[in-house]
Amino acid sequence: MEPLVKVEDIHTYYGKSHILHGVSLEVGRGEVVGLLGRNGVGKSTTLKAIMGIVRPSQGDVLFEGRPITHLPTHRLARLGIAYVPEDRRVFRLLTVMENLRTGLDRHGVTDARKKQLLEKVYNYFPVLAERCNQAGGTLSGGEQQMLAIARAMMLEPKIVLLDEPTEGLMPRMVSQIRQIIDVLHREGAAILLVEQNVPLTLEASQRIYIMEKGVVRHHAVASELRVSDAVIHQYLGV
Amino acid sequence: MGIPLDELLQAIPLEQLLIQTVNGIVTGMILALVASGLTLIFGIMDVVNFAHGELFMLGAYVGVITLAATGNFWVALIVATLTIALLGAAIHVTTLRPLLGRDPLTTILATFGISLVLQNYALWQFGPVARKIQEPFTGHFTLFYLDYPWYRLVIALLSAAIIGALWLFLKFGTYGIWIRATTQDRVMAQAMGIPVPSVLTVVFAIGAGMAAASGVLFGPLVGVNHAMGLDWVLKAFIVVVVGGMGNLGGSIAASIFIGLLESYASLWVSPAQAVIFSFVVLILTLLFRPTGLFVPTPK
Repeated sequence: MEPLVKVEDIHTYYGKSHILHGVSLEVGRGEVVGLLGRNGVGKSTTLKAIMGIVRPSQGDVLFEGRPITHLPTHRLARLGIAYVPEDRRVFRLLTVMENLRTGLDRHGVTDARKKQLLEKVYNYFPVLAERCNQAGGTLSGGEQQMLAIARAMMLEPKIVLLDEPTEGLMPRMVSQIRQIIDVLHREGAAILLVEQNVPLTLEASQRIYIMEKGVVRHHAVASELRVSDAVIHQYLGV
Repeated sequence: MGIPLDELLQAIPLEQLLIQTVNGIVTGMILALVASGLTLIFGIMDVVNFAHGELFMLGAYVGVITLAATGNFWVALIVATLTIALLGAAIHVTTLRPLLGRDPLTTILATFGISLVLQNYALWQFGPVARKIQEPFTGHFTLFYLDYPWYRLVIALLSAAIIGALWLFLKFGTYGIWIRATTQDRVMAQAMGIPVPSVLTVVFAIGAGMAAASGVLFGPLVGVNHAMGLDWVLKAFIVVVVGGMGNLGGSIAASIFIGLLESYASLWVSPAQAVIFSFVVLILTLLFRPTGLFVPTPK
């Protein structure tokens, strides 16, 4: 079956520094795929390249078989690609409700459907319902992470690009994020998960890519990898 | 100095002080309308629009032409606003959108270039002789010993209404949310599916339309010629800096402040000299509160 997202040999540059040296990977429909690697190997850049925020100088990104490498970011969001960035980037001066509406007020979404989507995320994240009229910037780090994920869910995405969702969160929050990944998965969304938390990624994902120095070095089925494996140690150990 | 304050105040009758207060608020509201278009464009797009004065001036000319054709001031106001908003959108798409993401200096040069083109176009098209816009009503009311024109009060109220409508537009409704999201984080706004380039075009069009509306409204007071924009826009720039770049509320407060300041100052000195006070405020603001007088100090 044709993959949902296919990244074909992309190269990117920030100024003169060559960040991605030919990254290739794919994510199937409804599949959770983990992308592991040390800091600065190009994991976040790979997500940004898929989202059209960083333009690859070479290579292609395909979505449902069509090249999307040169589409503007907002068109990609409308196609069904949602992005939850590493630093969350909630709209700090917008209320929680307004943050959600940035994704909800789309052409062709009926009022009933909007209500349904809101009820769903409020059900998963009751704290957002409580704070719906509070400015995004006043939320705690964990709450901002929930808002960033909830906001992405408003787009009814086919794939969510999740960049280090558990970074800097308390253990209780981490397990909540873990549950949310399962929820997204159950609802049929694919996830490309970038994480430093190896056990969580191995547990949540079906397949794993491991990156080093701007390329994918290793590719495995998640259930066949153990945290103690030599390959994990080689590319991720300190 | 040698002159005690009470002696200085004694020389000015209370009525005159009140008249100047009314004058100051009226001028302040007019200024606020010009400045809010400028501050909107700066706050949301990070573009310092040097062509704002020319959009103001062209708006007044479109008003003159429409008024001559229809005889109705209010039709002229609406036609001028819409025409210049469209022109603004066209300017944005052709000139500013291609510069998106480049050094802000390039947009300053671009808008400065546009201002020269528009100003010389107006001179070529309409000639150097000032045109007159007839105010929609010429009634006066008595303010102490003065016949005060109703029209000036109407302008102030209309300015307040237009700014209020802008605020409501930004505060509620989907487009307002899109605009504010774009202001805060352009990349993330795009990632949420907001068509940021079109949002920016709309914002520029709104700013241009507001400039045109103020041009028509003030036409009856100042006369319409190709250089009429310079004066007001210079003051609008002062207001935008004093109010805190891109801060709508701050700009309005600063407009009233500058309006009152100049109008009180002209009790002692000529109105032309009163402008000096505004510049002193500008320089002091830049020296001691560069983020603006009316914004909380950033943390």
